[in-house]
Amino acid sequence: MALSRIASSSSRSFNLLKPLSFAISLRRSISNDTTPMTVETSVPFISHQCEVPSRSVETNPKELLTFFRDMALMRRMEIAADSLYKAKLIRGFCHLYDGQEAVAVGMEAAITKKDCIITAYRDHCTFVGRGGSLLEVFAELMGRQAGCSRGKGGSMHFYKKDSNFYGGHGIVGAQVPLGCGLAFAQKYSKEETVTFALYGDGAANQGQLFEALNISALWDLPAILVCENNHYGMGTAEWRAAKNPAYYKRGDYVPGLKVDGMDALAVKQACKFAKERALKNGPIILEMDTYRYHGHSMSDPGSTYRTRDEISGVRQERDPIERIRKLVLSHDLATDKELKDIEKEVRKEVDDAIAQAKESPMPEPSELFTNVYVKGFGAESFGADRKEVRATLP
Amino acid sequence: MAAIFQGAGAAAALSSSPSNSIDSKKFLFSPRRPYSGMKGASFVVVRSDGRASLDLNPKGRRAQQLIANAVATKAGSSAASSSSKPGHELLLFEALQEGLEEEMERDPCVCVMGEDVGHYGGSYKVTKGLATKFGDLRVLDTPIAENSFTGMGIGAAMTGLRPVVEGMNMGFLLLAFNQISNNCGMLHYTSGGQFTIPIVIRGPGGVGRQLGAEHSQRLESYFQSIPGIQMVACSTPYNAKGLMKAAIRSENPVILFEHVLLYNLKERIPDEEYICNLEEAEMVRPGEHVTILTYSRMRYHVMQAAKTLVNKGYDPEVIDIRSLKPFDLYTIGNSVKKTHRVLIVEECMRTGGIGASLTAAITENFHDYLDAPVMCLSSQDVPTPYAGTLEEWTVVQPAQIVTAVEQLCQ
Repeated sequence: MALSRIASSSSRSFNLLKPLSFAISLRRSISNDTTPMTVETSVPFISHQCEVPSRSVETNPKELLTFFRDMALMRRMEIAADSLYKAKLIRGFCHLYDGQEAVAVGMEAAITKKDCIITAYRDHCTFVGRGGSLLEVFAELMGRQAGCSRGKGGSMHFYKKDSNFYGGHGIVGAQVPLGCGLAFAQKYSKEETVTFALYGDGAANQGQLFEALNISALWDLPAILVCENNHYGMGTAEWRAAKNPAYYKRGDYVPGLKVDGMDALAVKQACKFAKERALKNGPIILEMDTYRYHGHSMSDPGSTYRTRDEISGVRQERDPIERIRKLVLSHDLATDKELKDIEKEVRKEVDDAIAQAKESPMPEPSELFTNVYVKGFGAESFGADRKEVRATLP
Repeated sequence: MAAIFQGAGAAAALSSSPSNSIDSKKFLFSPRRPYSGMKGASFVVVRSDGRASLDLNPKGRRAQQLIANAVATKAGSSAASSSSKPGHELLLFEALQEGLEEEMERDPCVCVMGEDVGHYGGSYKVTKGLATKFGDLRVLDTPIAENSFTGMGIGAAMTGLRPVVEGMNMGFLLLAFNQISNNCGMLHYTSGGQFTIPIVIRGPGGVGRQLGAEHSQRLESYFQSIPGIQMVACSTPYNAKGLMKAAIRSENPVILFEHVLLYNLKERIPDEEYICNLEEAEMVRPGEHVTILTYSRMRYHVMQAAKTLVNKGYDPEVIDIRSLKPFDLYTIGNSVKKTHRVLIVEECMRTGGIGASLTAAITENFHDYLDAPVMCLSSQDVPTPYAGTLEEWTVVQPAQIVTAVEQLCQ
């Protein structure tokens, strides 16, 4: 991949001495260095019915290291969830996101917490990207009180209202109309924010998606539909499920963009482009070409419908964390040892969070009946003997 | 049809300042004493005849003023006609429109979505005139895509908007069942209380005049076991407006069932603002011999049968249950304790209908008070035929109700 670096505007003299590295001063302040630099994405963008964003992405060392750390955290979290599932501490469904971290991380870099994100059931890392804590993740996975949904949602129902993360949905495709509804509310309240509605290649064949897209295009809603194309809808390869697997083109009258979803910088560029466009021209589809290393869920080995060679091939060539690592090392932004230290730190963080989550208690039995209805805001639900006091409507 | 009714439904006047804003207005329900004398009352009855008390503040209402519902008694009270004069007369669909319009004025977060609700004015004219008044962003014409626009309504509700989603016919909402069941009903629970879904889903259902099987569906039986939603059925212009307003203000998702054949009912309703309690049943006609529970259109068949029954010497107590989920077992229970006989008359199918659940609930809770098994008259378990005579036989008719009561009271 071609590398180029623009000299910083705050010209430091030693830039002229060492045009390709500024090793000395940088080491002292890695995490705070916001000297802009430009990196090219791995592959150019391909567009449908719209212009192509530039392949050169503006970034800086701080951002790259943040990417590295966040992705390493997410990767470690998912692998830890794998072990917890095998130890039967997590039950039911557990859909892991490792391999796809670049999408979550790149998207966050391009938007604010006022923009909304809604996704399907592979939501652990998106939740963390939105500011969720590891404790909330593990506690919810284990069904404890400290979980983000108080233990009542589970793996597929992570939500974080204060950072506009709308979950966390189990039924394939149902989140896309919800996402368009969020975009509608944003337009209604004139907020100048956008909604990213994520779905997979399997969900791309759902009718309600096209219905929602039609309505969004009609009403000019700031909705960005992001297809996280990991090429397999559970066990069915995309070419067996979709007549036209070019998901970015399936919007027809809605413009689309195909992005390398394993390159966090490409994702960031695409999301930035999409946000600007959606605020002016209505909906746009982004197809993130990504890959998941695990099977569809923990009950799926992931190797009956694809070869192990394919999986290890992708891991070697396109792994998002490795890409950032190589970038950081080749630009001399950090040493290998420093990166390994970050990974160790992250591992410890995950282990601590798991230990803390294990101590959190299971929900009280009375929690079974809380949050079915909103109490105290109007309608009360009464049992047969109606012992509850009437509430006042606002 | 029934222009006079008896009700102990709560109503309250609301404080409303001229500059309405999104800020919630507080008002109190008037606590009511249940109809028959009961023990352990934690409520105080505030009741007055006629509307005299309502005129205390003709202009500028004070906050938190308790106003009782003006109850017009059926049995020949001359106060009835004079107390109903101050209101205005309108048809049921106009009452719904009034309720909707008032709520849209009061709260800018309320919007309406549905097929042909905007420029066309609504297929049953419930949203007539709203698009010109409030604009295209608040009264939205959707394409024919129930699954997605219901989903969009729910998504918008998650952020705090209060959409009113109209199904042109309740039967079409079957296409949106996933959204209603999984997202609308369950999101408050699965998010641990983070999101509320203050959405109202409404539409006409029920058996009409030879509309055919697919357009004569009664969805209350399908939706009734979805946890997290509330269901109400309106039957008169008074409760239609009241329930519409209450449903919009409620933080819970509410499904409001209207009936195709009831849209042209005329009644006099108060000029003042009022809302009806979402979980309360309405006492239509107090009595002693048998409790007849009904809702929506069947209320009128029951009242017709009641006339015959009264002539035959029976004294039926008729309760319009209004709240289909949750049941108002309080009112119902007190009635059962008084009469010891229950007849349920509904338009749902026999299998798995509202009547079936209600029978179970009554038997479970009030078994000791029953002198006879609960009888349930429902529609036949068949698709509604087109032919007029056949259609009549699918639905419960007044003659059958009379026979049933006679059987029960033997």
